[in-house]
Amino acid sequence: MSQNLPALLVVVPMMLAPIAALINRSGPAWVIATSGAWFAFGAAVQLLRRVMTEGMIVYSLGGWVAPIGIEYRIDQLAAFVTLIVSAIAAVGVLYARTSVASEIEEDRHALFYAAFLLNVCGLLGIAITGDVFNVFVFLEISSLSAYSMIALGQDRRALTSAFQYLIMGSVGATFIVIGIGLLFVMTGTLGMADLAERIPAIWASGDGDRTIAVAFTFLTVGVTLKLALFPLHLWLPNAYTYAPSAVTGYMAATSTKVSIYLLLRFFFSVFGVEFSFEQMRLDAILMPLALVAILAMSSVAIYQSNVKRLLAFSSVAQIGYMILGISFGSVIGVAAGIIHLFNHALMKGALFMAMGCVMYRIGSVRIEDMKGLGKSMPWTMAAFVGGGLSMIGVPMTVGFVSKWYLLQAAIKGGNWLAAVVVVVGSLMALVYIWKVIEVAYFKRRENDDPIEEAPLSLLIPTWTLVAASFWFGIDAGTTSDVAMSAAESLLGMMQ
Amino acid sequence: MDDRVILRVGTKVLSPFILLFALYVQFHGDYGPGGGFQAGVIFAAVFVLYALVFGLERAMEVMPAKVAYACGALGVALYLGVGYLSMFRGGEFLNYSYLFDPEHDPTHGQHYGIIGVELGVLVTVFGVMVALFYAFAGRRRIDT
Repeated sequence: MSQNLPALLVVVPMMLAPIAALINRSGPAWVIATSGAWFAFGAAVQLLRRVMTEGMIVYSLGGWVAPIGIEYRIDQLAAFVTLIVSAIAAVGVLYARTSVASEIEEDRHALFYAAFLLNVCGLLGIAITGDVFNVFVFLEISSLSAYSMIALGQDRRALTSAFQYLIMGSVGATFIVIGIGLLFVMTGTLGMADLAERIPAIWASGDGDRTIAVAFTFLTVGVTLKLALFPLHLWLPNAYTYAPSAVTGYMAATSTKVSIYLLLRFFFSVFGVEFSFEQMRLDAILMPLALVAILAMSSVAIYQSNVKRLLAFSSVAQIGYMILGISFGSVIGVAAGIIHLFNHALMKGALFMAMGCVMYRIGSVRIEDMKGLGKSMPWTMAAFVGGGLSMIGVPMTVGFVSKWYLLQAAIKGGNWLAAVVVVVGSLMALVYIWKVIEVAYFKRRENDDPIEEAPLSLLIPTWTLVAASFWFGIDAGTTSDVAMSAAESLLGMMQ
Repeated sequence: MDDRVILRVGTKVLSPFILLFALYVQFHGDYGPGGGFQAGVIFAAVFVLYALVFGLERAMEVMPAKVAYACGALGVALYLGVGYLSMFRGGEFLNYSYLFDPEHDPTHGQHYGIIGVELGVLVTVFGVMVALFYAFAGRRRIDT
């Protein structure tokens, strides 16, 4: 069975989704979703281990070998991203039980868990497939399930924000499929490895190079829309704000991360670093956007009064950090981006989950409603502080590790502006995190109806992520080793 | 209702042929992929036609929303089930050559495998199409 592990990683959650929908009962559906997410987590751990020792795993679906059939190609980066997604899903599904019960109508629980499983399946599929059209299919699976999960939010605005995301996401997906189509026209293949071989030849021949350039443009715009790079981020704040708490926590930590992975795949594995950065001058467009994203979105976050919205804008800013790292085009820069991908998943997941706990108890996440919560919900707010410290980049947290690598990359590249922006961005994170902490710890509540601490079923998953964000902040070697070797293999693929 | 005899009789006469045509599309070119989606749409078209002529309530008696909804999930399970079966028999996921015993001609496995998968597509597409139509026609949630 173990040789089928790459397929099982994707098809076990996929198979469990219709079963959960057919059973259509809240409790059993949750058990099914939990087993699916934890199976995926176990499989991802195994795969990462195997990839680190034995190198890339190639799996041909249906026994059809690659250019004809679809193959899964799992290298270090893919295994690392599947690990992030499945780990967050495994923690998130435990959190979902209580949170979903309080925020979503009972008769929709089974559907929610089915959509959740499909989303996990789609994101894992994007990460491990080696076929660009298969990427598009999994992208649609994950996006459609995400839209429906967001639409389940309590607030009626959840519907409009899900619709907004649907429109923007579909535009992005259309651009991606147009790009894939143009590449197929020029090369006659959909396999990533095949494309990587044929594109340079077509580009060099000068016959059809314009089509390749247009395909590249479509893919860039499409993927950056999906990953919410400023100024294509407009769908994200509303979607994160009005989605059910469990969905926000899970999605903020996974879906944009997988899109960034996709960006890396297309730029480095399919087109190659030389084409992307020397011919197409990708850094010239990505770097300014990333810098503006960090500064503008952090300052927008400062002025938000809804904490989920605040964190959503902060997410857009953090995506700026990841793209900034990638835009250096150097091994350390790309590694910094990958490290931050993992680290941000941990800290933002923890922060959103802490907000879910607040939502569970007081039914609101507006800053002015959080007065005195430091006293009445000490563990929840302590988790928020823990995640917040990472956000700011205090030493001993994962946030510090990311920023350390980013600064190193900026300084090595001689880009002092980027280095300054990274530091200024951290200071701005301090401002918006402090805003919440100040109200929660230093303001007194006006009325004294007692507020209880959030139940353990919410606190344990939240604290798992907080603890992980400290663990990997202190023991940074594991993540940075994987990220460095992934970055080396991405950049080395060209030579 | 009574003054639309031609419509009613026409629908009754046509329905079995449309269903048959859907199956024809399904089985035509059975060795290759494709066809399940179109067959599912045609299959669903019968129930849409029935609902248009006889009204939504009667259509829901013939094909309850619950059943249509379950079909949507069952088809996916059937598709994946074929994949699992080939995996349990020692091949890769969806490698139909392993569906039968080794002494069997592997091409038979390929024939039945693709038919099974396409049947899954048919069932899902049919279920989802009917459920979508009910949702739009009823303008309210489908109670399952």
